[in-house]
Amino acid sequence: MKKVGNHSSISRIYSFGLALMLTISLSSFAQEPAAPAATATPAAAPAAAAPAATAGGDAVKGKELFNANCAACHNLDRKMTGPALRGVAAKYDMPWLYKWINNSSALIKSGDAKAVKIYEEYNKSVMTAFPQLSTTDIDNIIAYTSEPKAEPVVSAAPPGTSTSVNEGISNNVILGALALVMLMLVVMLFLVNNVLTKIAKSNGIEASAKQPTMPIWKAFAKNQFLVLVSAIFLLLASGYFVYGFLMQVGVDQDYAPVQPIHYSHRIHAGSNGIDCKYCHSSARVSKHAGIPSLNVCMNCHKNIAEVSDTTATEEYSKAFYDKEIQKLYKAVGWDQSTQKYTGKTEPVKWVRIHNLPDFAYFNHSQHVTVAGIECQKCHGEVQTYEIQKQFAPLTMGWCIDCHRKTDVKMEGNAYYDKIHKELSKKYGVDKLTAAQMGGLECGKCHY
Amino acid sequence: MKSIIKITLVLGIIVSLSSCKDNASPNYQYMPNMYESVAYETYSESNAFNSPYGLKGQEGQLPAKGSIKRGYVPYEYADTPESFAAVKAANLASPLDPAKIDMKKAEELYVIYCAICHGNAGDGKGKLVTQGKFLGVPSYADRVLNEGSVNHVINYGLNSMGSYATQLNQEERWMVSAYVMKLKSEL
Ligand code: HEC
Ligand code: HEC
Ligand code: HEC
Ligand code: HEC
Ligand code: HEC
Ligand code: HEC
Ligand code: HEC
Repeated sequence: MKKVGNHSSISRIYSFGLALMLTISLSSFAQEPAAPAATATPAAAPAAAAPAATAGGDAVKGKELFNANCAACHNLDRKMTGPALRGVAAKYDMPWLYKWINNSSALIKSGDAKAVKIYEEYNKSVMTAFPQLSTTDIDNIIAYTSEPKAEPVVSAAPPGTSTSVNEGISNNVILGALALVMLMLVVMLFLVNNVLTKIAKSNGIEASAKQPTMPIWKAFAKNQFLVLVSAIFLLLASGYFVYGFLMQVGVDQDYAPVQPIHYSHRIHAGSNGIDCKYCHSSARVSKHAGIPSLNVCMNCHKNIAEVSDTTATEEYSKAFYDKEIQKLYKAVGWDQSTQKYTGKTEPVKWVRIHNLPDFAYFNHSQHVTVAGIECQKCHGEVQTYEIQKQFAPLTMGWCIDCHRKTDVKMEGNAYYDKIHKELSKKYGVDKLTAAQMGGLECGKCHY
Repeated sequence: MKSIIKITLVLGIIVSLSSCKDNASPNYQYMPNMYESVAYETYSESNAFNSPYGLKGQEGQLPAKGSIKRGYVPYEYADTPESFAAVKAANLASPLDPAKIDMKKAEELYVIYCAICHGNAGDGKGKLVTQGKFLGVPSYADRVLNEGSVNHVINYGLNSMGSYATQLNQEERWMVSAYVMKLKSEL
């Protein structure tokens, strides 16, 4: 009997590689428990600095009132239609504020110097009169505006970042130690192997005296039947792949180009629930769904200059999203500090994703308004896409397939009353598919 | 021998995995001549358009100044606080026959364009407001409104509310105005 030693060193290298990979992946798991240990101490908010100018209003109620009545034009820290209101109590006395808020135009007309000055400063835009607010209501609002600015959570960042650097170092140390251990293991195995072969030799056992056998490829080449079968198999397999390759030429499924503004459908249509047709409004009435012009964006973004902290994900930070909104402002020429358009605009060059060839005709209103098909049926779950992509292949087979399967929506469409009766008599069916209505005629899509 | 087979196997797997389709660039096309339009496509870039009055280098141009659409009815009130007050006072009548307005369609339009801020019931509690993204939307019940003033607001916007004239045509604006008045009466 023979011992077969040292069979194939290459498979050993593989198992080594596997072991190495496993340990590395283990070490990357090991990072996680390390993280909570490094929690930063939250920065203590300086709560003491509240100016005591207000007549002791309730800031919580004030916030409610502020959001309901004033937030359309005022922000605490940012200029909007009206000035930023934080600390306004320091600027005016309370009786003046009561008068101003109850009816600012009356105060301006009465010639009050302060009132006229701020009115002129804001290009004579009129602040709504709020006669319904009582003095206690106004006290509450002013109490809210007098609250000190909450320290942004980001201020905890300096200690946070330094700890994460520490973490990185400790990870590197762990990785280095692991690599060392692996190296030692390799060396030890090598040594053991050497020792074993030596022992074997001294015991008189010959390690791996290979018999000269015929190489397997020669044996294979001699067996003509096998050669024939495998040649056919290879031909068929490559034919299959070539066919698959040729069939996907010109099909752009999953095409997801990088857009000039990182605009996320997940945030707009998903978590904020904005209707598709709010932006793609011509899908209701025309061939094209259209990409919204920037004035549509500004309907909301005049007010929304930055995203909230909860919107940020691991992949995309708040700073990243805020930068994208700044790109929008640059393109429409919106100056945030003066809250005015500068008139300097530049087009946003969105990259077109869906594009049928010129010889095919597709009309959105026919499908969206007449047939009542949901956008999602053809474009996928757009409200979950962070980056827009092409969901459907947009091949002719795809169109035809759906026309064969989808019933035409007849109810409530007087146009179909007569043709429906005649066609369903002709086909002897109750419900007509788009195909039976003529949705397969070449001329409907090719002209 | 065996090691060569194994190495090629692994290399093959690596190559086939790493050469996945690049989704950020478009695919090849056969005979692109018949795919790409000879005529200018909507929104496309083009050097043919460089009139001193138009937008340079793009297919989408604004209509010439002063041109009006078929069926367009001029709206004589300007976008100023004074004319807004005048509209409110004048109580403009809608050109639509109130009995013939398709309220179902008006509701649909309202839900698409307005409900996101004003709420389905018009109480100022749309999704953007309840999530704290867009504040200061009033309830229709708290405002003095008439059909003409609502139409004016849709036309021009008001302070932080934008104009919806690009998304709704004249008739649709009056339909939505009628629907807003219906909501207000139910609040
Ligand atoms: C329609 C928009 C609008 C609304 C709503 C509004 N304001 Fe104003 N506010 C203005 C404008 C514009 C000014 C600047 C003065 C002017 O042009 O009349 C202003 C000025 C002020 C000032 C003077 C600020 C300064 O720094 O001089 C105070 C105080 C004020 N508003 C309080 C309020 C309060 C409180 C509310 C809510 C009850 C409110 N405003 C609602 C538009 C508005
Ligand atoms: C707030 C505005 C807005 C809303 C709401 C919105 N979109 Fe979009 N959509 C855009 C913009 C801007 C683009 C162009 C940028 C891009 O492709 O990411 C776009 C692009 C697209 C495209 C790709 C167009 C192309 O180039 O082929 C599709 C498809 C699409 N949207 C479908 C939808 C659907 C379906 C919904 C509803 C779930 C929706 N959109 C809601 C603004 C919007
Ligand atoms: C109906 C209101 C509305 C409209 C219209 C709108 N947005 Fe937004 N947008 C939002 C809200 C809400 C957020 C998220 C704010 C948050 O999370 O705090 C947002 C966030 C963003 C962001 C940052 C997050 C991201 O998606 O990358 C960008 C960029 C942006 N919008 C661009 C646009 C562009 C471009 C348009 C026009 C096609 C547009 N928005 C139209 C409401 C709107
Ligand atoms: C029956 C399938 C179908 C439905 C339903 C559908 N689309 Fe499309 N969409 C397409 C096809 C096909 C194209 C490519 C059109 C072309 O290149 O001419 C397209 C293109 C687009 C484009 C970019 C090009 C353009 O025409 O402006 C947008 C944006 C878009 N769709 C949005 C929408 C929205 C929003 C809805 C829902 C209101 C919707 N689509 C419903 C099939 C559909
Ligand atoms: C989700 C299913 C669906 C898909 C996908 C679809 N269609 Fe349709 N299509 C319909 C329905 C349903 C109708 C019937 C609408 C009606 O009531 O007129 C229709 C009608 C049409 C018509 C008018 C037919 C007639 O008899 O007047 C044309 C043209 C058309 N589709 C083109 C296309 C093209 C081109 C594509 C592919 C790019 C496509 N459709 C993809 C469902 C679909
Ligand atoms: C429902 C709409 C529809 C109908 C009906 C239709 N086609 Fe098409 N056809 C398309 C679309 C969309 C494409 C583009 C496919 C692509 O880009 O991959 C196409 C592509 C083609 C092409 C391939 C051209 C190329 O270069 O890729 C030929 C050929 C063609 N159609 C012939 C016909 C004939 C013949 C008929 C009638 C029996 C017909 N089509 C009916 C929608 C239709
Ligand atoms: C992006 C959020 C938003 C959307 C969408 C929106 N509005 Fe407004 N709307 C506002 C805000 C904010 C105000 C308060 C403006 C002010 O008084 O300063 C307002 C005020 C109004 C008013 C009261 C005007 C007055 O006379 O006091 C009416 C009426 C109105 N909107 C109608 C509509 C209609 C109709 C639509 C749909 C076409 C619509 N809104 C869509 C935010 C919005």
